[in-house]
Amino acid sequence: MTHLLEIRDLHKRFGDTEVLKGVDCEMAKGEVICVIGSSGSGKTTMLRCINMLEEFQGGSIRIDGQEIGYETVGGVRRRKKEAQIARQRALTGMAFQQFNLFPHMTALGNVTLGLVKVKKKAKDEARAAAERWLDRVGLLDRKDHYPGQLSGGQQQRVAIARAIAMNPKLMLFDEVTSALDPELVNEVLQVIKDLARDGMSMLIVTHEMRFAFEVSSRVIFMNQGRIGEAGNPREMFLNPKSERLAEFLKSSTFRQAN
Amino acid sequence: MDLAFLDQLWLARLPLLRGLGVTVVISALAIAAGTFAGVFVGLALTYGPRPLRWLVRGYTDFVRGTPVLVLVLASFYVLSTIGLQLNAFQAGVLALAVFCSSHVGEIVRGALQAIPAGQSEAAKAIGLTFRQTFIYVLVPQAIRQILPTWVNTAAEMVKASTLLSIIGVGELLLATQEVISRTFMSLPFYFFAGALYFAVNYGIERFGRYVDRKTTVPS
Amino acid sequence: MGYTLNFAAVWRNFDRLLEGLGLSLLLAVGAILIGCVLGLVVAFALRAKPLWLRGPAGIYVTAFRNTPILVLILFTYFALPQLGVRLGKIESFVFTLALYSGAYLAEVFRAGLISVPPGMREAGLAIGLSEMQIRTSIVIPIMLRNVLPSLSSTFISLFKDTSLAAAIAVPELTFEARKINVETFRVIETWIVASCLYVATCSVLAAGLRQVERRLAVPR
Repeated sequence: MTHLLEIRDLHKRFGDTEVLKGVDCEMAKGEVICVIGSSGSGKTTMLRCINMLEEFQGGSIRIDGQEIGYETVGGVRRRKKEAQIARQRALTGMAFQQFNLFPHMTALGNVTLGLVKVKKKAKDEARAAAERWLDRVGLLDRKDHYPGQLSGGQQQRVAIARAIAMNPKLMLFDEVTSALDPELVNEVLQVIKDLARDGMSMLIVTHEMRFAFEVSSRVIFMNQGRIGEAGNPREMFLNPKSERLAEFLKSSTFRQAN
Repeated sequence: MDLAFLDQLWLARLPLLRGLGVTVVISALAIAAGTFAGVFVGLALTYGPRPLRWLVRGYTDFVRGTPVLVLVLASFYVLSTIGLQLNAFQAGVLALAVFCSSHVGEIVRGALQAIPAGQSEAAKAIGLTFRQTFIYVLVPQAIRQILPTWVNTAAEMVKASTLLSIIGVGELLLATQEVISRTFMSLPFYFFAGALYFAVNYGIERFGRYVDRKTTVPS
Repeated sequence: MGYTLNFAAVWRNFDRLLEGLGLSLLLAVGAILIGCVLGLVVAFALRAKPLWLRGPAGIYVTAFRNTPILVLILFTYFALPQLGVRLGKIESFVFTLALYSGAYLAEVFRAGLISVPPGMREAGLAIGLSEMQIRTSIVIPIMLRNVLPSLSSTFISLFKDTSLAAAIAVPELTFEARKINVETFRVIETWIVASCLYVATCSVLAAGLRQVERRLAVPR
């Protein structure tokens, strides 16, 4: 059985600093994996390697059996052509910490852009699909609003709709609530929980420990460029095996659910 | 109002109107050519390979460090010497276009670099190619920043057109000086010329504000 | 074509070019100093409540920013005498450039004043300072630091504008260059050297002003 996501011995350097020191990970379809860890542990970097927003120097990433970003031709590792990489990015969807909505387009425009230009759908087909997804995240009534007219939580939900409207096999969430005011965090987490319930495969980098505990089928704790500990959320949070994880949990906001 | 002035103004209406026409043509040509070239300059500065960027940077730094009058005079005197037979009008417009291109280049570069990196990342994440990202995401945002400053530059070019009077091109200021040399009414005629230029530039300023209002995204 | 570069003629006259540059700098400094004072006063006037202050200030700024500087120079030198005001070439040019600078600097200072948080004035009032004291000890120092980059580029622009004094035969750099050009027929060399002098001076000015920015910056 081919895993949905297969990361083997991932190495990445920023200049002279090695940020990912050999990461291995397998993910099956339908899994929801939360990646936790302190800043600098490499969790966001790993996520960004998966959709080639970052280059990586060693190891391999496979989505549904397809090798991402690089190929070995005659024993020589080579970066794939830009057009190929652009096509591969359609396999994943990403929601960013800073939302990164296109400010000059309405919510509807943001969601339809990819459908029309990348998936080559007809305008009304794209519109209908986009409206369905905006409705899914609860923002159909705001479809003609511009990002500047929306709250942070609303913008992030539109950003999520924009990503899942492209029908990705794997959704990547990069600390999507870290830039939000506390009272706006829940509306976004709720959308993610709903997506999880519907069977979407998701890799979520987050600081929201309680959320990670509630939504994930597996948790990965990253520490200094490597996977420190991984397992099911109950065990990881309540019975951390490594000292590092225990330290990390102590200084985080997680409170034991009783 | 001095009646003698009004009489003379009426008598001089044709040469002055012709001068105004020449001013408009000079400005329009310089702005058009300068903007066209300036876009390439800006693109080269933002996306070009290092040697190209270095070269273009040298060009813009040199042009922007030189007063416009020096550019006009140099263009006028030098070009005929190196075998390029340009008359004063052509030499002048060329100098103004070069000046305009360096400014537009800076404006374009500034606007493109001001777009947050996250925009390109989000575009990549949904699978857009660089060409698509540039056309649908970067250009619309850059244009909103470029337009008001560009309108400013256009007004500067109208003001700079007066410098061509120094190399003998028959635009409005030279026409005014010719009328003054006949009538000796320097005060009212210089004032009149000033008022005309003011009207044109003020009109451009108001147009700029209108464009700014129309292109701002509601927030 | 047959034009061979020969810089010797230009080097022989290099001292004249340098003298011209010196005069350009003097003209710039004179005009900018007056322009700064004028601009600061007008900036405050633009933000004042009473219309009799805001109105004339606004008209002055709009008028001088939208009129070509060459027209202003010719007007001051040739037209004002008809009103009985007869100024020498240099005085006339400095007067014009000062008024022109004042209008542009007023806009720079106005934007700078807006960038000073109103809370600063309120804090000053709360400790009992008068409006004038608040302006001089608090608002202007903060504003100057915010405004230095804009100010620098405006200064350099105004320095380049001194080349227009050549239009009324003031012997600054551009005028001297044109004379040398006509005398020696060394067209390309003359203008390359003149250009380089301007570019070099602008670079030095820019570097110097950046140093001033650094010195004045508050440690963070």
